[in-house]
Amino acid sequence: MRLKNKDLLGLEYLSKEEIELILKTAVPFKELFTRSIKKVPTLRGKTVVLLFYEPSTRTRISFELAAKRLSADTVNISASGSSVEKGESLIDTGKTLEAMKADFVVIRHSMSGASHVLARNINPSVINAGDGSHEHPTQGLLDIFTINEKKGTVKGLKVVIIGDIAHSRVARSNIWGLTKLGAEVVVCGPSTLIPRDIEKTGAKVCYNLDFALKNADVVNVLRIQLERQKTKRLPSLREYNLLFGMTKEKLKLAKPDVIIMHPGPMNRGIEITSNVADGAQSVIDEQVTNGIAVRMAVLYLLAGGKSSPES
Amino acid sequence: MDILIKNGRVIDPVNKIDRVTGVLISEDRIVKIGNLSEVKTSGEKPKIIDAKNKVVIPGIIDIHTHLREPGHEEEETIATGTRSAAVGGVTSIFCMPNTHPVIDNQTAVEFILLKAKNEGIVNVFPVGAITKGLSGEDLTEIGELKKAGVVSISDDGNPVMDALVMRRALEYAKMFDLSVIAHCEDKNLSEDGVMNESYTSTLLGLRGIPNESEDVMVARDIILSALTGGHLHIAHVSTKGSVELIRQAKRNKIPVSCEACPHHFTLTDEMVKTYDTNTKVNPPLRTEEDVREIIKGLQDGTIDCIASDHAPHTEEEKNKEYDLAPFGIVGLETLLPLTITYLVKTKKLSLMAAITKLTSNPKKIFKLDSGTLTPGSKADITIIDINVERVIKDFVSKSKNSPFLGKKLQGFAVMTIVNGKIIMDNGKILSD
Amino acid sequence: MTGEEISKAVEKIAVQIINKNKNIKDLVFIGIVTRGVHLATRIINEIKKLKKLGLPLGMLDITFYRDDVDSIGKQPLAKETKIDFDINDKKVILVDDVLFTGRSIRAALDEIMDFGRPNSVELVVLIDRGHRELPVYAEYVGKTVKTNYSDKVHVHLKEIDKTDRVVLVSKKSSR
Repeated sequence: MRLKNKDLLGLEYLSKEEIELILKTAVPFKELFTRSIKKVPTLRGKTVVLLFYEPSTRTRISFELAAKRLSADTVNISASGSSVEKGESLIDTGKTLEAMKADFVVIRHSMSGASHVLARNINPSVINAGDGSHEHPTQGLLDIFTINEKKGTVKGLKVVIIGDIAHSRVARSNIWGLTKLGAEVVVCGPSTLIPRDIEKTGAKVCYNLDFALKNADVVNVLRIQLERQKTKRLPSLREYNLLFGMTKEKLKLAKPDVIIMHPGPMNRGIEITSNVADGAQSVIDEQVTNGIAVRMAVLYLLAGGKSSPES
Repeated sequence: MDILIKNGRVIDPVNKIDRVTGVLISEDRIVKIGNLSEVKTSGEKPKIIDAKNKVVIPGIIDIHTHLREPGHEEEETIATGTRSAAVGGVTSIFCMPNTHPVIDNQTAVEFILLKAKNEGIVNVFPVGAITKGLSGEDLTEIGELKKAGVVSISDDGNPVMDALVMRRALEYAKMFDLSVIAHCEDKNLSEDGVMNESYTSTLLGLRGIPNESEDVMVARDIILSALTGGHLHIAHVSTKGSVELIRQAKRNKIPVSCEACPHHFTLTDEMVKTYDTNTKVNPPLRTEEDVREIIKGLQDGTIDCIASDHAPHTEEEKNKEYDLAPFGIVGLETLLPLTITYLVKTKKLSLMAAITKLTSNPKKIFKLDSGTLTPGSKADITIIDINVERVIKDFVSKSKNSPFLGKKLQGFAVMTIVNGKIIMDNGKILSD
Repeated sequence: MTGEEISKAVEKIAVQIINKNKNIKDLVFIGIVTRGVHLATRIINEIKKLKKLGLPLGMLDITFYRDDVDSIGKQPLAKETKIDFDINDKKVILVDDVLFTGRSIRAALDEIMDFGRPNSVELVVLIDRGHRELPVYAEYVGKTVKTNYSDKVHVHLKEIDKTDRVVLVSKKSSR
């Protein structure tokens, strides 16, 4: 079993088996974190370039740590302070990194499909670390890994994703991954932020939070992405908070052993209250830890078998 | 010199001719349609062209192209665009005014016509702007534009968003017997969209342009055409709703005509899935349901013309993030083969009906001299081989942005005659 | 090698270990997954029989320490590594089934060093089939077998393979 493609652009393009392979591979990597030396020499001599056109703390550091714990060398490029500022195109930047013999390019970009454009034009493995409103596959994988760890399985669980589904790459990757593994996915948010025909993915749509939370095993609260709303789709954040904010009271509507997730960064007091985010049912910190293990697994699996075809 | 085309299957929609016969050309005019024995030449022996197993039709008129000159000569020029047309069997082209500067004044029109005369090899008919600078605000001097030589007016690329301005344009243009070509799109509803709004746009996370952004404007413009009596020609119809609205308008005798582009009756928005920017067009590629309705509209006569919306862009402009790439694909060289392959060969449209939409309907709507083989008309003729198959590999156009690259198509022009002169023979441009 | 021969070999190795190590209480065993762990368990049980003394066993998965990550076509799935005792200043007995090029042992040594600083490390293998590519030496060997480079040596152990036996599969040598 191996990954079919040289790149990881989205969970849409992975089979159920490939997703399971990544999740399984991540387990021993997580075990490494309990050792005093958390680093293994697996990807010694490999170069991982982190090409971030959008600001990011969590994802960038997570990828960087993942690469470093595999002994790969990492280089950070952010849009400001690089040739990107001088108007260099994405493809030219990619070609430059290829010429410098990068093995992996991890890309974060504000535009949907940017990782596709890059992958099509260069040889190194391209890992999508979030492209516009399209996908954020490693976030989807770490969310599923976390659910798996807490619940033992994903199959048959009711997972509720709350928030701005229209602009959320996290939602899309979660929907793809979770439905492939047999979970029941419900998306819940203001009708103006639910994209057209989303039900065709297999997810159910619900505009009423109370109703959506009934019997929920997992609640994934998305960030309200103020920067992505060109025209106002919400009358006010106050009303959003009243209708869709995750509070301690609302949480009681879900199953008693429900877990709460959030991809971060949080707008505390808007989509989630602090007592929920920091409460006993929150696994938000574990998501962060698991993110590194999952990303190590992705790097490890993509590193294999590139120089020889089939053995 | 005289030219005699013989043994070809001659199709001329205006005269309802569809039979194997000959066509005699003298100087720049068509002299006669008939067999060789009936044809008497004026002394000098004519050049004989054997069109056996070929179809001889009036030169194709593409009423929707962008030649990019002046302003974006790196994408296309009048010289290269007309050569692309010639290879595609197109003898007359309308060029849209969204150049830099905009064709919104007499001087600009004269520039196009002068360039076309000196460097072009097919007939170029400039379309003037409706509003100055395509701003959608103040009307251009439409009377002067007409005098300078425009065949129509349009703000193509931009819709006229202000209904009052559109009303005045239709009213005013009527005085000069000019039709208004409308790019129907409600920009507010489009909300910076880059593809069709659908399940596919949801999956891809790309901003969608709903069908309704076209439908709403088509409805508005039809209503304004009814109000003013001004002739409205709706460009690149792409939605089921538009077709239905236009069908109803025609039934109500409102002076409306329209065109469809080959990519809107051959491709769907599923093509966007790989983020290939050669699928980025405006109006966007729609769904299967829309494609079916466009074909229905072509069949029942709701859609009058087939036009390419030839929109050249360079590799540099197109090979980038989907959001950043410009809208548009080249189309002059695929207009005929796509029509033959997807409409005629599939028996959705008879060859006569297809030729009608490429020649006589444009002639009728825009009152052109070409578009028929009637003796006395301008000798613009295209000879096509409707059976030849070819994989689309490259274009004569300066730009190569096409989703049809690599596709195998059927039915290509083998000879193009403009003003009595053979300008293209078997893919070769002869005037160079 | 038959099941009986394997048992004999394990007994022999256990006795050798006892004889060579006066402070047997300082020994810790680390088996390389999967068969190294089972062999180590058998040796520990043998020592327990003879000396009435249980010794700690850790398991080591060397996947992440391999030197052929990008040339083997597909990535092996890593199994569990579990060393829940302190190896500092201990004498480590490292157990594997077959000793071949020595590369696995190199990886295992690197990984052990990341867990701490043992006093010494000695190697136990059931089969030594030669063709060393690194200076690796096994202190305790069940059986030395002459092989061609392209041969395959399969060790079957009851715990996972239902039966105890060692098979040599010859292929036409390419070297």
